[in-house]
Amino acid sequence: MPETVDMLNALVLFTNFVLIPGVTYGSQLALGALGVTLIYAVLRFSNFAHGDIMAFGTMITILVTWWLQSVGVSLGPLPTALLALPFGIAATVLLCLFIDRYVYRYYRSQKSRPVTFVMASLGVMFMVNGLVRFIIGADDQRFFDGERFIIKAREFKKMTGLNEGLAIKTTQGLTVVIALVLVVFVFWFLQRTRSGKAMRAYSDNEDLSLLSGIDPDKVVRTTWIMAAALTAIAGVLYGLDKSFKPFTYFQLLLPIFAAAIVGGIGQPVGAIVGGYVIAFSEMIVTYPYKKFWNYLAPDEWQTSSLLQLLSTEYKFAVSFMILVIVLLVRPTGIFKGKVY
Amino acid sequence: MFLIGENLRGGYGGADILNDCTIGVDQGEIAVIVGPNGAGKSTAMKAMLGMLDLSAGQVSLNGKDITTLSPQARVAEGIAFVPQTNNVFVSMTVEENLEMGAFLRRDDIAATRDMVFELFPILKEKRRQPAGELSGGQRQQVAVGRALMTSPSVLMLDEPTAGVSPIVMDELFDRILEVRAAGVAILMVEQNARQALNIADRGYVLVTGENRFTDTGEALLANPDVRRSFIGG
Amino acid sequence: MNNALRATLAFSFMALALVGVGLYQSWALSLTILNLCIISSVMALGVNIQWGYAGLFNIGIMGFAALGGAAAMLVSTPPVANAWAAGGWNILFSAVGLIATIIVATLVYKNIPKGRLRSLAMIVVLVTGYLCTRYFFDPAVSAIESTDSAKTGFLGGLGLPIILSWPVGGLFAAGAAWVIGKVVLGLRSDYLAIATLGISEIVVAMLKNEDWLTRGVKNVNGLPRPVPYELQLQQSEWFTGLVEKLYANSLAGLEGAARSTVLKDALIEASSIFVKLCYAGLFATVLLIILTLCVLALNSPWGRMMRAIRDNETAAEAMGKDVTGRHLQVFILGSAICGIAGAMLTTLDGQLTPTSYIPLRFTFLIWVMVIVGGSGNNLGSILGGFLIWFVWTEAEPAGTWLMTFLTNWMPEGNAVKDHLIQGAQHMRLFLMGFILLLVMRFAPRGILPERHAH
Repeated sequence: MPETVDMLNALVLFTNFVLIPGVTYGSQLALGALGVTLIYAVLRFSNFAHGDIMAFGTMITILVTWWLQSVGVSLGPLPTALLALPFGIAATVLLCLFIDRYVYRYYRSQKSRPVTFVMASLGVMFMVNGLVRFIIGADDQRFFDGERFIIKAREFKKMTGLNEGLAIKTTQGLTVVIALVLVVFVFWFLQRTRSGKAMRAYSDNEDLSLLSGIDPDKVVRTTWIMAAALTAIAGVLYGLDKSFKPFTYFQLLLPIFAAAIVGGIGQPVGAIVGGYVIAFSEMIVTYPYKKFWNYLAPDEWQTSSLLQLLSTEYKFAVSFMILVIVLLVRPTGIFKGKVY
Repeated sequence: MFLIGENLRGGYGGADILNDCTIGVDQGEIAVIVGPNGAGKSTAMKAMLGMLDLSAGQVSLNGKDITTLSPQARVAEGIAFVPQTNNVFVSMTVEENLEMGAFLRRDDIAATRDMVFELFPILKEKRRQPAGELSGGQRQQVAVGRALMTSPSVLMLDEPTAGVSPIVMDELFDRILEVRAAGVAILMVEQNARQALNIADRGYVLVTGENRFTDTGEALLANPDVRRSFIGG
Repeated sequence: MNNALRATLAFSFMALALVGVGLYQSWALSLTILNLCIISSVMALGVNIQWGYAGLFNIGIMGFAALGGAAAMLVSTPPVANAWAAGGWNILFSAVGLIATIIVATLVYKNIPKGRLRSLAMIVVLVTGYLCTRYFFDPAVSAIESTDSAKTGFLGGLGLPIILSWPVGGLFAAGAAWVIGKVVLGLRSDYLAIATLGISEIVVAMLKNEDWLTRGVKNVNGLPRPVPYELQLQQSEWFTGLVEKLYANSLAGLEGAARSTVLKDALIEASSIFVKLCYAGLFATVLLIILTLCVLALNSPWGRMMRAIRDNETAAEAMGKDVTGRHLQVFILGSAICGIAGAMLTTLDGQLTPTSYIPLRFTFLIWVMVIVGGSGNNLGSILGGFLIWFVWTEAEPAGTWLMTFLTNWMPEGNAVKDHLIQGAQHMRLFLMGFILLLVMRFAPRGILPERHAH
């Protein structure tokens, strides 16, 4: 039986390297997947431009952040990007409405097949991607400022006397809090407000919603506004937490879609659960358990191997595997999504 | 008449399905459209709703020409429609379904909702359940209830009793009679011609998109030609 | 305008454009573009089979092309004896372990009825299998990767002629397609899209990280060629003789050192063009073979059935057609063609560079080709391959030139000016998206529409 101190050390280690990053990443994915799923529920297509729209919103936020920093505005311990975020959201909303007006609306009026919309979203993806790279370049950008940590590993060690430190980054705290607020808001909106109910009705049964006098244009507009805002926020939180690079954002498409599908596409609750499922799977599978094991195992079982199930480079493979398993076992996802 | 479609002619792009057919209903009255399969019964109703391109004829509501209005605009004018299938929001609760029915109304809908609950007590009991979890007959009640929430002057039903048991059918017809008593004009398309004509003040027998017989429900039921060809004995 | 005329005009225009590049830029560049145009066309044909014939939406073309690329390397590089000695057995053992695990797991899944027992047995089998495989795999990898890691550090390949890798690449891609197809065909169309996107990312991640197999980001250079090397040509007598004849005009009247300088330049230029022409000949042969097969297939009863399924899946299913089965066939065939094209591309490059596999270039650009060319029309896909590749390569210099021209009024060294000129290359992505959207909206059937009315 390992000593209590070692067990605590193992626990702290796990919390610090799996739990906290998992919750953070999961929240980011959940917000992204929520956007995808809303678009899917109302407009009935998978928006492949999502990752690049996310990059667009983040880019605008970064540019405004830089400008704010240059004129000496700051939020003290909080990142300046929070002040710039509303601009990013507004720009993303405008972009989405613009795209809808000049691209998707036509196909709606033609009653095109979903795959035509998907194809159009590829075109949009190219254009937005090119635009983002043209404006801010293809390189890594960091735009975090303010206090880095809420709890520092060193202070935690001093406080508790444990070997292992527990650090909580400001960005992690912010991500979780903002995600929580947004999720509550989205559900309140969908369940309680007139526009939210109209969105659900339209998603459930388009013809009947028209017969009830629901204005489809308004529903579509509301959906884009919400999806765009969620997307921009998800992008900025991810960028603050890690860093901003257009290509990384494009690659986020896979875990985001996996989250939406695993949860049940078109289902807001599913998107959130899916986000955390994907994030935790990635963390748990790619974490090297060596130290964790050595704390808990008796002396004769100590190991020098990494005890890593899969190296970090393959984290995309994890979301993919989960996706495949879910599609095999339960094609509708955890919360029955729309599969037709 | 309160709602009337006169000399309607039209179809879905191909050959005309409606050939000079006239259908109407007055307030506090039930009009039923019957006829063999493919006679254009549902099409006639869709024409009244504006879901069909008409090449000739006109539709008027309370003396006002509504031929060119979109289906949504007609809903706003007081016409409510219950489609034959997919007529409830399956993922929303019964209460939300009713609320969506009243989407265009900005006034207090509580009174109308209570009236619907009074008409269909089972809905009050199941108000918090998603409509998708209800039985076929209950769903049909939700569908009618949703349509009534606009406080319509005209209620159109497309085969409301398709696929429900005879008991539920009688029950539903009873409720429809109650709705009529409130002064609503009711226009139905029905497969179960005998039962429908029984409660009808006005009956239309359509064949190949034109009126074959037009009379009161009672008279049509008594007419031997109608009985032989369309009711079966 | 009928289709034949349209096609003739469009291809003549392409030929003119390539000749234009030859005359105003250089013939070597023109041939380089031509070779890549042909390879792109082959890929577009593969995608067209899936999309145009069956309506399958594959956005993992990059992965299939990368598998082809890996095949080119694995077939052609000579085996590294030291690496095999260091870790060969263990790699083989782990491969056996992996295969055995899969077989046993399949048996368990098939033979034990659904329930807790099956889940438990599956977990035991998978965990044991995983541990056994890792037991052999980990030491093997470190042994192989530390074997002369600066030069090799990988197992090498089979040392066979690289042309053989083209069909092998097709087989690799077909295998991957079979697995994905089994899982997602029959579900919503966008699920196939997402699954293919996922598998392609994984394939490329493996190429980048499995150093023992592919050297990862260290690249495998100097793959053997199916065509002569420039240096060989320059030294061979028959080629020198040929060049002397071709360049007789410029050589006339020159003597001694002056003559040999001119001759040397001529030899260098001619040998490079000759090599590219050899490649072009090989690629064009493959393109023609695949095109012929595609056209034959499209007009066969099989092709008619495919189109019937595409146009009305429900009706076809009601008539007793095995829709999912047909889709699987066509998905495998199309992916195999992409694999062949990928192997051809790596052959042309002469090296396997895992970092060069970028989805925008390998997946989405191919889609633009298919849509712009005319989905469902084989000639259209080829035209799309040529046209879009041409625009893609020429858009970069053209964009930079345009931006330089537009910012001419700004002072030298201005930050905005530099940024605009540097960023101009990214605008071609924008341009591609714009072209795609324009074609979809205003000419949804592409430049060369599908012939069959339906």
